[in-house]
Amino acid sequence: MAGLELLSDQGYRLDGRKPSELRKVQARMGVFTQADGSAYIEQGNTKALAVVYGPHEVRGSRSKALHDRAVINCQYSMATFSTAERKRRPHGDRKSSEMSLHLKQTFEAAVLTSLYPRSQIDIFVKILQSDGGNYSACVNAATLAVIDAGIPMRDYVCACSAGFVENTAVVDLCHAEESGGGTVMSLALLPRGGQVALVQMDARLHQDHLDALMEAAMTACRSLGQVLDGVVRQHLQEVSVLTAE
Amino acid sequence: MRETPLSNCERQFLLKAIEEKKRLDGRQTYDYRNIKITFGTDYGCCVVDVGKTRVLAQVSCELVAPKDNRPTEGIMFINLELSPMASPAFESGRQSELHVTLNRLLERCLRNSKCLDTESLCVVSGEKVWKIRIDVHVLNHDGNIMDAASIAAITALCHFRRPDVGIQGEEVTIYTPEERDLIPLSIYHMPVSVSFSFFQQGTFLLVDPCEREERVMDGLLVIAMNKHREICSIQSSGGIMLLKEQVLRCSKIASVKVCEITELINKALENDRKVRKEGGKFGFAESMAKERITALKSEIAPVEMIDIEEKAEDIICRTGAPCDTVPSPVVRAPGTGQVGEGLQNAWGLDEMEEEEEEEEDDIEQGGPEKQPESETITSKKGDVVVISDSEEEEVVILHQGVEVKDFREEMSSGQKQATSASKKKKKKRKLAH
Repeated sequence: MAGLELLSDQGYRLDGRKPSELRKVQARMGVFTQADGSAYIEQGNTKALAVVYGPHEVRGSRSKALHDRAVINCQYSMATFSTAERKRRPHGDRKSSEMSLHLKQTFEAAVLTSLYPRSQIDIFVKILQSDGGNYSACVNAATLAVIDAGIPMRDYVCACSAGFVENTAVVDLCHAEESGGGTVMSLALLPRGGQVALVQMDARLHQDHLDALMEAAMTACRSLGQVLDGVVRQHLQEVSVLTAE
Repeated sequence: MRETPLSNCERQFLLKAIEEKKRLDGRQTYDYRNIKITFGTDYGCCVVDVGKTRVLAQVSCELVAPKDNRPTEGIMFINLELSPMASPAFESGRQSELHVTLNRLLERCLRNSKCLDTESLCVVSGEKVWKIRIDVHVLNHDGNIMDAASIAAITALCHFRRPDVGIQGEEVTIYTPEERDLIPLSIYHMPVSVSFSFFQQGTFLLVDPCEREERVMDGLLVIAMNKHREICSIQSSGGIMLLKEQVLRCSKIASVKVCEITELINKALENDRKVRKEGGKFGFAESMAKERITALKSEIAPVEMIDIEEKAEDIICRTGAPCDTVPSPVVRAPGTGQVGEGLQNAWGLDEMEEEEEEEEDDIEQGGPEKQPESETITSKKGDVVVISDSEEEEVVILHQGVEVKDFREEMSSGQKQATSASKKKKKKRKLAH
């Protein structure tokens, strides 16, 4: 995609956004009745669904149970229809396993697992439509689902992707920008303390630009955190209004 | 096979040492272990030692059809194998977490950073391209496989030579090494990864963790850079909370380390090139020094020895004198005994009293025997041995020997205890009277 201009002269991106602008976020909590917690999020065209079961007894081998904490089990998968070309192997390939591992580590850091020793929390995330920012959408959806399940967390876990195009940091990349070959950084942040739960970056970036890129990603995560906070409060209002009568 | 769990005291020892900025092998916080790079006889074969961690990388090539969406680009395939040879914890055939993590990290470090010019691997557009395959095998696991693997992979890529190809119209000829020299791959830059391990919730960090340090660490941050200070990949794992400043600091440390390592790689490549040109011997067999112990030896570790004599003397003064050596770990409390050893029956004390009064002097003359458990067989306690308190029985000792001596000791010790008990009773009686 050599002809595609990722950043125009006026400073607008392919979809007309400014470099520091996020895509439109729409989220719903409590979409499934069967699961303990569930959430659906749309970030632009990327649609992700997250479901949480737990905390419950450790299934399978008892040896996996930790005596002082809960075990968090994550599974990430993409629907076969989520990408432009039909995906032939939604589970089990290396990229999915890696994503599952990263999700697990992110949530192990954020969830107060010491309150549920010898139990297991399952988080399942599925990408229904992939248009860039897969990891961020997953993390945001999973955060909402965990909150919906009533599992205590240290803070919201907000994730956002960022890139570097023509010496400007651009946030919340879409698929065209991601596959353009430039730098892609995914960052998961706990906004209140400013702690980074996970940072992942590919493709070459000069060391001097790292600071600016991280700063842009962290600001974007914070604004996303505010959006998620708004979603949670609204959901609570709706639920309390409905159950009050 | 499950690996042996780390004991709590070992874990605490390691963490305490790290808090005091000391490492097991005497390194400083930002020091790497000794890195050794050797090449095999074939092009593209390289073994890297980081301390005791040993990793082998082999590059091979073959002509295949290109991918549909990229008809003019060659294919680079990277594979890392963890075999049980490296550590008993690795199981063959099963994709463990570590396996997935290392593979993905290596893939991202090399492929996404575009270190290899894939366009130059194209032979016939849309039909034939070179597929470069990098296989990395871990031979010994002593921590920090990632860094060793990345060094091995990029060095092997730089070392590799592929056959020359000639195109004449529709015909494609692959020349053998005898016909035309092999040509090296075109490498843009050399990404090398540096691992940082975090302890105590991110308070302390160490570069190049060894296997023990890896077991107690909270999390890992891997930064891959090249010597032009371009970051090729960052990956944090392990669920640690980092601050932006920590990541920036780590990137600065990484840039320094990467420059050093890149120099080392270039030097090793240069040496190998020279040796091959001069027609000298090269290969693994040559790199191993003859008539020297290769395994089970440890190099001199630079451990801090300042004021160690004073500390040692201080400790010696403070400790008490060592207790007398106890040959047998069994401590017999008064009135106890094991099956088969048999102690003096202490029930008939009143009857025994008179007998023992006579024997007391003998026993006391027999030599001091303070501890019932010491086997000072040389001192015999009197000649009179009372085996049982029953006056009717006549016990005849048939076999003289050590057992009897022990027996006698036990008897006498039991006797002694009974004696002391009876003495006390006598005293009480006297007092009573």
